[in-house]
Amino acid sequence: MKNWQEFEAGAVLFPFEKQGQEELGKHNNERTYTTNSSFTASVANWRVEKPVHNKEVCINCFNCWVYCPDASILSREGKMSGIDYEHCKGCGVCVDVCPTNPKSLLMFDNLESEQEALAKWPQKAEGLKKKSYRTEGGYNGF
Amino acid sequence: MVKEVKTLKSFSQSAEKFEGSHLLCPGCGHGIIVREVLNAVDGPIVLGNSTGCLEVCSAVYPHTSWDVPWIHIGFENGSTAISGVESMYKALERKGKYKGQRPKFVAFGGDGASYDIGFQFISGCLERGHDMTYICLDNENYANTGGQRSGSTPMGASTSTTPAGKVSFGKKERKKDLPLIMAAHGIPYTAQIAPNKWKDMNKKIKTALDTEGPCFINALSPCPTEWKYHSSLAIEMTDLAVDCLIFPLFEIFHGQELKITYRPRNVLPVRDYLGVQKRFAHLFKKENEHIIEALQKDVDARWEYLQRREEAKV
Ligand SMILES: Cc1ncc(C[n+]2csc(CCOP(=O)(O)OP(=O)(O)O)c2C)c(N)n1
Ligand code: SF4
Ligand code: SF4
Ligand code: SF4
Repeated sequence: MKNWQEFEAGAVLFPFEKQGQEELGKHNNERTYTTNSSFTASVANWRVEKPVHNKEVCINCFNCWVYCPDASILSREGKMSGIDYEHCKGCGVCVDVCPTNPKSLLMFDNLESEQEALAKWPQKAEGLKKKSYRTEGGYNGF
Repeated sequence: MVKEVKTLKSFSQSAEKFEGSHLLCPGCGHGIIVREVLNAVDGPIVLGNSTGCLEVCSAVYPHTSWDVPWIHIGFENGSTAISGVESMYKALERKGKYKGQRPKFVAFGGDGASYDIGFQFISGCLERGHDMTYICLDNENYANTGGQRSGSTPMGASTSTTPAGKVSFGKKERKKDLPLIMAAHGIPYTAQIAPNKWKDMNKKIKTALDTEGPCFINALSPCPTEWKYHSSLAIEMTDLAVDCLIFPLFEIFHGQELKITYRPRNVLPVRDYLGVQKRFAHLFKKENEHIIEALQKDVDARWEYLQRREEAKV
């Protein structure tokens, strides 16, 4: 691969090996990306905490899918099927927007195994205020 | 060409067009907006992008996060680059050299690029009547270069060039009303959108992209790094912004006919929105409380104005 000093002006990067339009119609993991696509890179090391998905409570509303800034919520045939830990930065947006009680996504230490995390899943909480961070009055520290 | 998104379940079957491992901060609004826009487009599309966080973070050599044609260009030129592409396609069609489906032409730019530095270039594109949509990702500051104030920064915000302290309460000037300025060009369609209201956003994106002629969209893009709040709260920030009416959602047809598209059931006080972002924390000191009042007054007056315009259809 050329380095940036050898790169000609007006150069083009191609994300796909084959016919772009054809590849574009396919699901991500059926595409053949070139190493120029950031899809082949990882930002897993940005993360301190990771979201873990609990299928048992999930209602497949896809709030997490639409609001993930990093295209890291996996969906197959109308079901939320897990998290793409190569591209997830651990921002926590998906957990925040998950509407179930208890939540179907929760943040855990990045080193925690999925099994351990699922074993610690909280029970349904009574009287949970959804927007709990909102306070009357002054700046509240976020 | 642009899907009408009725349910998120069906939307989630869309092929991704903006890939992960871009370098936007965790929880950045730009990523949410771009995905909501692109994943709803089915046919060919060409993008222009002014310099800013989105452009810089999605194309760090040797990587690109874009699965569709995308042009990396100067700070002020996102709009003109895409107007040139549009003109090229039209010329090729005229000469019979291109017979395929005409792509959608879309440009993204930050508020620095749109409210300030690329302002005249966008105005020119709108005036010349290109068939394109310009989308401003409005995070209310020059985020990519360290959070300087822009024409979009609200009064009272502490930024790196308007720091709050003993002698200052932050930015002294009001936010520029860009959507109304753009609508005044008499363009077919202008709208404000926020990523939390995905249905409203999808409708407006569909209208803009499927309308022939120049359209302008201003999208509220929450920025955890410069607004200074926890990365998980992007959607809550935008909920608060639209519910306190500091960022009202509306659309304008042909520079006239204004329609408000979201009326909050419970209008929240502006201080609820200010109170969750550190860029406004100093406003809650006694000596700065009058700025909160002034902001509330502005928000009320503008809401009143929008409602009157809607009624009067002007
Ligand atoms: C003419 C010119 N001036 C200054 C810069 C440096 N610069 C690069 S990105 C940027 C800030 C972009 O701010 P904005 O448009 O608000 O987008 P954001 O980064 O907030 O998404 C600046 C000042 C430049 N690239 N070109
Ligand atoms: S933590 Fe953030 S990046 Fe990871 S899946 Fe959730 S929303 Fe996406
Ligand atoms: S937001 Fe929660 S309930 Fe909805 S699909 Fe995601 S994990 Fe499931
Ligand atoms: S500084 Fe703000 S706009 Fe830029 S990438 Fe970070 S969160 Fe996004």
